[in-house]
Amino acid sequence: MLAADRIIALALMGLSLCFMIYALRLPIGWEPETGPGAGAFPFWLGLGMLLASGAILARSFVVRPHSDETFIPDADAIPQILGVIGLLLGAIALIPLLGAYIALMLFLLAYLRIIGGHGWVLTGILTLTTPVFLFFFFEVTLKILLPKGITEPLFYPLYAMFF
Amino acid sequence: MDVLALLADGFATSISPLNLLIVLIGVTVGIFIGAMPGLGSVNGVAIVLPLTFIVPPTSAIILLAAIYYGAMYGGAISSILLGIPGASTAVATTFDGRPMAQKGEAGLALIVAAVASFIGGTVSVVLFTAFAVPLADMALAFGPAEEFALVLLAFTTFVGLGGDDILKTIVMICLGLVLSTVGLDIISGEPRLIFGDMPGFYSGVSFLVLAIGVYGVGEVLYTIETSRNAPMVTPARLTFSELRAGLSKMTRMWRTMSLGSVLGFFVGILPAAGATPAALMSYGVAKSISKRPESFGRGNPEGVAAPETANNAASTGSLLPMLTLGIPGSPTTALLLGGMVMWGLTPGPMLFVEQKEFVWGLISSLYTANVAAVLVNIALIPVFVWALRMPFTVLCAMVLVLCIVGGYAPDQRMHDVWMIAGFGVAGYVLRKADYPLAPLVLALVLGPLMEKSFRQTMIAEHGDVTVFVDRPISAVFMAISVLLFLLPLIRLLRRSRARASNPAPAE
Repeated sequence: MLAADRIIALALMGLSLCFMIYALRLPIGWEPETGPGAGAFPFWLGLGMLLASGAILARSFVVRPHSDETFIPDADAIPQILGVIGLLLGAIALIPLLGAYIALMLFLLAYLRIIGGHGWVLTGILTLTTPVFLFFFFEVTLKILLPKGITEPLFYPLYAMFF
Repeated sequence: MDVLALLADGFATSISPLNLLIVLIGVTVGIFIGAMPGLGSVNGVAIVLPLTFIVPPTSAIILLAAIYYGAMYGGAISSILLGIPGASTAVATTFDGRPMAQKGEAGLALIVAAVASFIGGTVSVVLFTAFAVPLADMALAFGPAEEFALVLLAFTTFVGLGGDDILKTIVMICLGLVLSTVGLDIISGEPRLIFGDMPGFYSGVSFLVLAIGVYGVGEVLYTIETSRNAPMVTPARLTFSELRAGLSKMTRMWRTMSLGSVLGFFVGILPAAGATPAALMSYGVAKSISKRPESFGRGNPEGVAAPETANNAASTGSLLPMLTLGIPGSPTTALLLGGMVMWGLTPGPMLFVEQKEFVWGLISSLYTANVAAVLVNIALIPVFVWALRMPFTVLCAMVLVLCIVGGYAPDQRMHDVWMIAGFGVAGYVLRKADYPLAPLVLALVLGPLMEKSFRQTMIAEHGDVTVFVDRPISAVFMAISVLLFLLPLIRLLRRSRARASNPAPAE
């Protein structure tokens, strides 16, 4: 917990520094006509964040309130969490290429079959019905087009039918 | 009476067939989401919000409010049947709900929870109706200085009363406020914090993206880690005789339930408090005034009724500042507020003047939602018991798919979907390190108002900051803010003084 606490505090300090540097591109002081400059709010709040996260880091060397706790109580959960994150990022990366429908079907297939360990029947039903539901809900009802990528031509007959 | 006439007009909106159907769908979805371990009202609203474009704004907020309400009912179901709270708001319900289920009284416990929720909800909606108009009238006199002081007050309640690590709370508030400044500046029109000219950041960081990330993806990751072993579902059977026995038992709990309702409502109004502490406080009060306090924790139905009235009352209470002042009392109401902005409504007291139909449609729908929720809850108990057996991996997969598509739909940008994934992972890690996420979401929603009101005041007063203490209402808010900010310091001082006078500390 202690190491994790310090790493997170450092990361937050870095993030606030990054905010402050970007805010400095704009006026952060008093502007004659328009009051506080556009960069003032993000700059000074970024400074507040830097000081508070710096205090958290400094405190971790003085008192150790949670030193008996571990950051990851159940080490067996790590592969599963990383697997879910990996699948999620993979699916998002595939959406512009293969389209939302194929990418999400691959996501569901991998998730339910590998991580969930479910049988082919349940996996198959959910993998096939979810895109149908999404199509009717978003594209037909809400008229919001989801990305199709290279699968776009396959949808021309469907567009002709529903629009 | 004026209010009653307005309420009657509201009912004309809320009992239209479309809105009744929406309330019914909303409470059913809400109870279902609330009953799922790990998912609560805030997750339900975050996941469903992008799907509300399908209906007009009044119906959309009625749907979300019904989900919010339903989730409060549903939280009790898994508290009783699984022994793990369906949402943090139902923690106190496990204290007596679980022992009752183990004694074979699961059916009775579910009935008590549903009826108590109904009573808490109804009492608090009546209180809400009574307080809303005077409060909105008062708020109409607010200028930018008062607005700024009020937002500051909302944040300092998190510092003073939130109960989380104070430094971590401050970090989260600052982070949320800085994120809210990303995009084009409202006054100078200049792009800010676009991180090396990334076009995706020009329109800012949407609260919806943060909410779906933190409460959708982040919550799923957190729940995967914490509840991997499938818990045992206690069987519950329900008969009409049990229903009648339960109702007659409840007539003797009127004192606990009325206390719980009023307490819950007022605790719910406070930004940092909300339904979870309200339920715990109500449980404590019920136990201390009981003639048999020793029976609490061993399956006393009163120990189910007390928290369940309070958490429903608190959820209504936190709607009050959101609707009348434009300052949300909880993360869920912050999302409702963000939704209102998205639909083109300006939250705050002007709603009561300009959008009467919207406001009173929503308020009256709280009455119908309560009736619908108690009926759906009791009628569909067998269905919810069955749903609790659903493998968690199926639920996770569905929630993640909805997060991706729901995050893409409002603006149709892949940038948002990537941000959701980023916020999800970051939110999961921050939550594990005890960083509170509610102040972050609230800060992102309130940030624009805070900055605008501050800069407007500064321009009008030529940089004279004493205006915040010169104006009486703003001065009161400022004084309370300072007090709340100092509260943790005072506590720390008293503790160290107590330690100094007592040389052998307990640790």
